[in-house]
Amino acid sequence: MVKTRVIGEVILKLENVSLSFGGVQALSDVSLQVRERQILAIIGPNGAGKSSMLNVINGVYHPQQGKITFKGRTRTSMRPHDAAAMGIARTFQNIALFKGMTVLDNILAGRNLMMRTSFLEQALYLGRTKREELAHREKVEEIIDFLHIQAVRKTPVGRLPYGLQKRVELARAFAAEPELLLLDEPMAGMNLEEKEDMCRFILDVNEQFGTTIVLIEHDMSVVMDISDHVVVLDFGRKIGDGTPDEVRRDPRVIDAYLGPTQAAPYHEKELFHGM
Amino acid sequence: MTFFLEVLVGGLLSGAMYSLVALGFVLIFKASGVFNFAQGAMVLFSALTLVSLLEKGWNLWMCLGITLAGMVFLAYLIERIVLRPLVNQPPLALFLATIGLAFAIEGIAQAMWGTQVHGLNVGIPDVPLNVKGLLISEFDIFTGIIAAVLVAALALFFSKTRVGRALRAVADDHEAALTVGIPLRHIWVIVWAVAGIVALVAGIVWGSRVGVQFSLVLIAYKALPALILGGLDSVPGAIAGGLLIGASEKLAEVYVGPFVGGAIESWFPYMLALGFLLIRPEGLFGEVHIERV
Amino acid sequence: MIYREAGQFKATYSADQALFPIRQDQVGVAILLVIAYIVVPFVGNDYWLGSIFIPFLVLSLAALGLNILTGYAGQLSLGTAGFMAVGAFAAYNFAIRVPAIPLLLNFALSGLCAACVGILFGVPSLRIKGFYLAVATLASQFFIEWLFTRVGWFTNYSTSGVISAPPLSIFGHSLSSVWSRYVLTLAIVTVMALGAKNMVRSSVGRAWMAVRDMDVAAEVIGIRMLRTKLLAFGVSSFYCGVAGALWAFLYLGTVEPQAFDLARSFQILFMIIIGGVGSILGSFLGAAFIVLLPIFINIGSGMFGHAFRADTITQIELILFGGLIIFFLIVEPHGLARLWRIGKEKLRLWPFPY
Repeated sequence: MVKTRVIGEVILKLENVSLSFGGVQALSDVSLQVRERQILAIIGPNGAGKSSMLNVINGVYHPQQGKITFKGRTRTSMRPHDAAAMGIARTFQNIALFKGMTVLDNILAGRNLMMRTSFLEQALYLGRTKREELAHREKVEEIIDFLHIQAVRKTPVGRLPYGLQKRVELARAFAAEPELLLLDEPMAGMNLEEKEDMCRFILDVNEQFGTTIVLIEHDMSVVMDISDHVVVLDFGRKIGDGTPDEVRRDPRVIDAYLGPTQAAPYHEKELFHGM
Repeated sequence: MTFFLEVLVGGLLSGAMYSLVALGFVLIFKASGVFNFAQGAMVLFSALTLVSLLEKGWNLWMCLGITLAGMVFLAYLIERIVLRPLVNQPPLALFLATIGLAFAIEGIAQAMWGTQVHGLNVGIPDVPLNVKGLLISEFDIFTGIIAAVLVAALALFFSKTRVGRALRAVADDHEAALTVGIPLRHIWVIVWAVAGIVALVAGIVWGSRVGVQFSLVLIAYKALPALILGGLDSVPGAIAGGLLIGASEKLAEVYVGPFVGGAIESWFPYMLALGFLLIRPEGLFGEVHIERV
Repeated sequence: MIYREAGQFKATYSADQALFPIRQDQVGVAILLVIAYIVVPFVGNDYWLGSIFIPFLVLSLAALGLNILTGYAGQLSLGTAGFMAVGAFAAYNFAIRVPAIPLLLNFALSGLCAACVGILFGVPSLRIKGFYLAVATLASQFFIEWLFTRVGWFTNYSTSGVISAPPLSIFGHSLSSVWSRYVLTLAIVTVMALGAKNMVRSSVGRAWMAVRDMDVAAEVIGIRMLRTKLLAFGVSSFYCGVAGALWAFLYLGTVEPQAFDLARSFQILFMIIIGGVGSILGSFLGAAFIVLLPIFINIGSGMFGHAFRADTITQIELILFGGLIIFFLIVEPHGLARLWRIGKEKLRLWPFPY
């Protein structure tokens, strides 16, 4: 597909990040760069450290070593709410919605950082609070329209089917108007049609709002289709980094996926089928 | 110095009685992930049943047998009426249900056997012994031994028997245990029955000490800080927690109490446990859980 | 046919976000307020107002406080009565040490005292969760009970440990009649319930519910755990503290620390379980249920010619409460409030349910 966007400067840089839990090394000495308006995919086998990577970026996990630079500020680890305040939003592999709240409230909660009134003003619900709630409601309705979830806006999310929940989670992350959006397997468990919808949303978000996106995905055809840049992890190490085409031809990547003894050309076709 | 040691030893030994109650909590928590608030009520129920039967003038062993059967039946009822319908609910809902259960059992026990205070004498001697200049209650020593025997028996039960292994599997993961063919319902009845037996032992010991009455329920509130101090899922933790709570509350009462108005035993164990939790949230021996997202 | 929202189109988000968007609900609430403020004080006698309606309202307020903490913010507390005690004893001490203090200001300050204590005991919630936290809140319950029993300063060295409210007046009107105390209680509870409803439908309420439903995700969208949890403890304890002050001043007049024991904490917990966890309406329904149940048991006992002794009735209450808790947790974990909603849904379709 033709991309009209301009990829900008480096917005996020990870340098020599290592993370371990007890004796388990989740990430070892990983470095990567993400540029503004880029769609970067992280791929790799199960347990390669992909989710840990996202958790390090937005501060859910604190790496033992390494540096994280986001928008020019360097630190050794992030705190989740600081990351959110700096413009990083994300979705989770296992949906992490607020199950007891309606779709509307979930998405509104995504904008909580932008709400300024104190709890005392909110208890009175006069003037400022009312105006604020309405202003955010209008923004949220735009997102609801954008993601076609109008019909369920007042349904508690716990009652929605899986595909819709994934979409609501994207809406919540997107509602924060982030500069960097982290998506952990946004298309896992979806059928073809749902996947196409989701790809469309991701590309639209990226194109219309210039949001930088880092995503984890197992479906290679999706990865090759929508990403500008691919990073490959295996056993917590980075083994590939480049454009989709470069990565596809990288023998180390093919080895990691198929084992070193396999004959590459034939399996390459099978691995990246459907492109 | 002698006085200090006497207080310390007295505290440790009465701590063993807290351990007995805490043990019942741990058993159920390990095997079903349920924080059983009704353990105190079970202590009351078992002790009240036993003492009321004894007062009919029946043989001690027969009364014990009937009470044991009663506790097993109670476990069956609890599984059938409370646990089974709540099997996939969040742990907190089960916890709240056990609070309801505690109220119901307390009500039933008193409706069945009345509210008056009963003396219980199952032949545990209660004379002060002089051990190298220290005055120690023989009764307390007896309690300590009972606690030790009970723990040893439970440890054997958990590690050596088939049921014990199944229990540990269930504790790890209910659904996984089901898929390998462990009958969850039986297991729960068994573990609640075992906890009922532990409650009976605690009930006998406490009942002989303070009389069988409604306030036995309150002893459970002493076992709670012992429990969180030791770690909810650890049998050694329950023992250590009970001893620590027993010793420290007696020492605090004797040495700090007079300066602040006395009777600080009611809250001191809780503050101690709370302070400890802030440093080590999983307790002394509890398992550390890594939260995954 | 009566309860139907068809034809009521909402053209603005403002109309959709109104407190009671459906006209029938607005009418219903208006009627309820008229009954509560006008009909009840004129029709009800002193027994009904003083021994049923006032305690019902005060306990509703305490249940509301607990519901904010447990139902909305997801932090289970077994120490509600302790925070009520702080409010009651603070109100007493303000009243005897600063006799000129206006009554409403006294209640507000007492609530604030309880809020401070609540925040203090809420600090452990940052590190511990679930059962551990529930046990930790017992620490506050036992400590506060001990404090007011043993430290004489709080009861002004009263030998019996009992505190008594001074003669009360508000804006120059004496509150010696039962109905005046009822109306004041009702007014305070109405305003505070409205405040609670407003909070839970704004961003602070969403932050609480987010923490309740999934704390990691809440942090990731920028909700600060410390501030949100402590605010929940503070607001909740404020409500409980005011409830405690009302209990001592407007309901009983004289009160001892044992009025706020663990049994009271459980009573209020049962109210929100039966009424509806995470529901403002549920706090009132649950309080009504728990206040009325013993009365019905008494009436039932009366029908058998008072065949039951007092302690038998106590035991029946224990068994019934315990059983009801289990019943509601199994059958309807969202309590009476949910049943009420289901009823309304049914009514929307009635009489053509297809």
